[in-house]
Amino acid sequence: MPNGAAAHADHHGHHAHHPALQHHFESLEQQHEASTLGMWVFLVTEVMFFGGLLMAYLLYRVWYPGAWAEASLALDIVLGGINTAVLIASSFTMAMAVRAAQTGRHQHTVRWLILTMALGLTFLVIKYFEYAHKFELREVPGPDFEWHGQFPYQAQIFFSLYFGLTGLHALHMIIGVTLLAVITWMAAKGRFTPEWYTPVEMSGLYWHFVDIVWIFLFPLLYLVDRAHGVAQVGV
Amino acid sequence: MTTTVLPRVNYLNHEHGVASWLLTKDHKRIGILYLIVVAVAFFLGAIFAAGVRMELTTPQGDLVSADTYNKLFTAHGVMMVFFVLIPVVPAILGNFAMPLMIGAKDVAFPKLNLLSWYVFVIGFLFTIAALIFGGVDTGWTFYTPYSSTASNSNVMLTGLGVFIAGFSSILTGLNFMVTIHRMRAPGMTWFRLPLFVWAIYATALVQVLGTPVVAITVLMMALERALGFGIFDPRLGGDPVLFQHLFWFYSHPAVYIMILPPMGAISEVIACFSRKNVFGYSFVAFSSLAIAVFGFLVWAHHLFVAGISPYSAMVFSFLSFAVAIPSAVKTFNWTATLYQGAIWWRAPMMWVFGFIGLFLIGGLTGLFLASLGLDVHLHDTYFVVAHFHYIMVGGAIMGFLAGLHFWWPKMTGRMYSDGAATLSALLVFVGFNLTFGPQFILGYLGMPRRYHVYPDEYQVLNVLSSAGTSILGVGYTLTAVYLIYSLFRGERAGANPWLATGLEWNNTDSPPLPHNFSDLPVVSEGAYEYSKRGMKVA
Repeated sequence: MPNGAAAHADHHGHHAHHPALQHHFESLEQQHEASTLGMWVFLVTEVMFFGGLLMAYLLYRVWYPGAWAEASLALDIVLGGINTAVLIASSFTMAMAVRAAQTGRHQHTVRWLILTMALGLTFLVIKYFEYAHKFELREVPGPDFEWHGQFPYQAQIFFSLYFGLTGLHALHMIIGVTLLAVITWMAAKGRFTPEWYTPVEMSGLYWHFVDIVWIFLFPLLYLVDRAHGVAQVGV
Repeated sequence: MTTTVLPRVNYLNHEHGVASWLLTKDHKRIGILYLIVVAVAFFLGAIFAAGVRMELTTPQGDLVSADTYNKLFTAHGVMMVFFVLIPVVPAILGNFAMPLMIGAKDVAFPKLNLLSWYVFVIGFLFTIAALIFGGVDTGWTFYTPYSSTASNSNVMLTGLGVFIAGFSSILTGLNFMVTIHRMRAPGMTWFRLPLFVWAIYATALVQVLGTPVVAITVLMMALERALGFGIFDPRLGGDPVLFQHLFWFYSHPAVYIMILPPMGAISEVIACFSRKNVFGYSFVAFSSLAIAVFGFLVWAHHLFVAGISPYSAMVFSFLSFAVAIPSAVKTFNWTATLYQGAIWWRAPMMWVFGFIGLFLIGGLTGLFLASLGLDVHLHDTYFVVAHFHYIMVGGAIMGFLAGLHFWWPKMTGRMYSDGAATLSALLVFVGFNLTFGPQFILGYLGMPRRYHVYPDEYQVLNVLSSAGTSILGVGYTLTAVYLIYSLFRGERAGANPWLATGLEWNNTDSPPLPHNFSDLPVVSEGAYEYSKRGMKVA
């Protein structure tokens, strides 16, 4: 595509076009602004997408506070906490990758991107062990669901939303890591310059968004009434 | 002067072959691709409607079984709502005309635009597959528990089809929003934008904010059905009304995805064929945004009898009345535009007149349904069916056809027969009123929707309704016939057969050039300066 666009630009009699400039834009700046706005609008649609599930979460949390506290205690706060730290760190490395691309340091861009992917994969591996443990305990909603607490049905709804929200989030992480793999490859080939590094910046926006979703999910799912619950268990 | 060869390079003839269409990134060709798929969906939806109307000519359930009847009206609803009404104007006319109207070479993301079409087709094919494998009987709304525990039909496949098609709508909305923000030609300020573009922009807002919610809702319904989560099942602590809230949070604003773009097309046609500036341009522009915003605050009027609290019902009733204000602003301003205009009696204008009359009836009967007390009586009766068909068919489809007849010469470079088009507008208008007019009375008399048998005293009105359907069918068939005929034998249109204002008419040929304009247009005046140009006709 970049070659085609360049050829096309020549055909129109313009000169010295950046190879990344697509034919229907007048300038790289216009192209960059369009991509940025498009990405932000896309993130808004993502907010609404998660919003439907969060609405269900809100309703049932208000209806069933006891079940929510009980079921939330069954989640592993240590693994969840580690994952939170991992994602916050990955947001930092991602921001560094964008900065490196902006200042034209290719090697740094590639290194920071690889580090970001590694942190993303770490998150997914930890998430896998968390999920596996839930399957062992039969705390996965469906015909085999087992719950020995006070509120089995309501707990099942909690775990439905837990798996729905974290599953959707994990899917976004997988897409994010795949996206970063492509961007890393492009960075390694030296495609980005300080004039044009839009894909790195857009992937960064996406990555930060996925992190922020987790920043909401962690307290909503893991920290429900935690202090009160621990006190009860302690007695 | 009929010529068989178009003498110059345009977007239709600069590349040939199936691949040049299936891999095109040209917004104009993508618009045509949508037109083809939507036409197929409309034909299928119409066949299912014909089945429903045939069954209802007699009070007994003698043509199809109750189950088949359920599947017929569900197939009709799913096809018409998700695969006709939602894409019909934004994806066809919006794709074709909007970038031309703002002076852009293409939409902001041409590849994404093509992807949207493929996503749409995949969703369509899943839905077709669901129909072939035996159909679905939940109604197009997929209410739980019909869709979760009480149905053994193809809910999953249909749900998947709708889920996938939703992403096409989201991506199109995103693309158009960015295009309107970032791709306008020099001098094309916001208040010089044609009102069709304002309408497309307001629609894009709804598509972007609403559609993801129905996507996740359908997904939750599918998980509930497959795994018995209990989110919507009261036996397991869930709440079926939550499904209705989430569903209508999108599906009511979706009504505005369907009606706003045709309203935009109406503004274009009415200005051109009255030879006047649209009365109160900025009010019409902002009323589109107001409808989009208010549209998000009224969903629970679908739930007045579903057990919501009287307090919230009152709030939603009030807000539903409020939507009538921007809709009325539009209608009044259109009629004020006609006032003392030099009205040119050509085919696109016939569809506009049909639109205004039918939309008026559809809109005003909506106020009946927004009234709490009346709604208890009218809810789930044929009154509701008649009301939304007046908006969706009388409004959206008539508006689409007005726009299609307006831009057809631009799309194809050919004129259709004005006489045939006028006749078809008349047939559709008469047939439509005969089909749905009696349904208001049926509903008021208490005939519920979605039953395939009914008491004898409702038969006369039902027979009238079914008879109207056949006139409607003849009208639509005639439209298809002369439009297709015009492709081969129509007169060459020339760049601006309607002497209209606008970049798409004045700055490029018919059909337009592959990259829209030979030179980048520069805009120096408002969208409807008919008086300045001395363009009086007739």
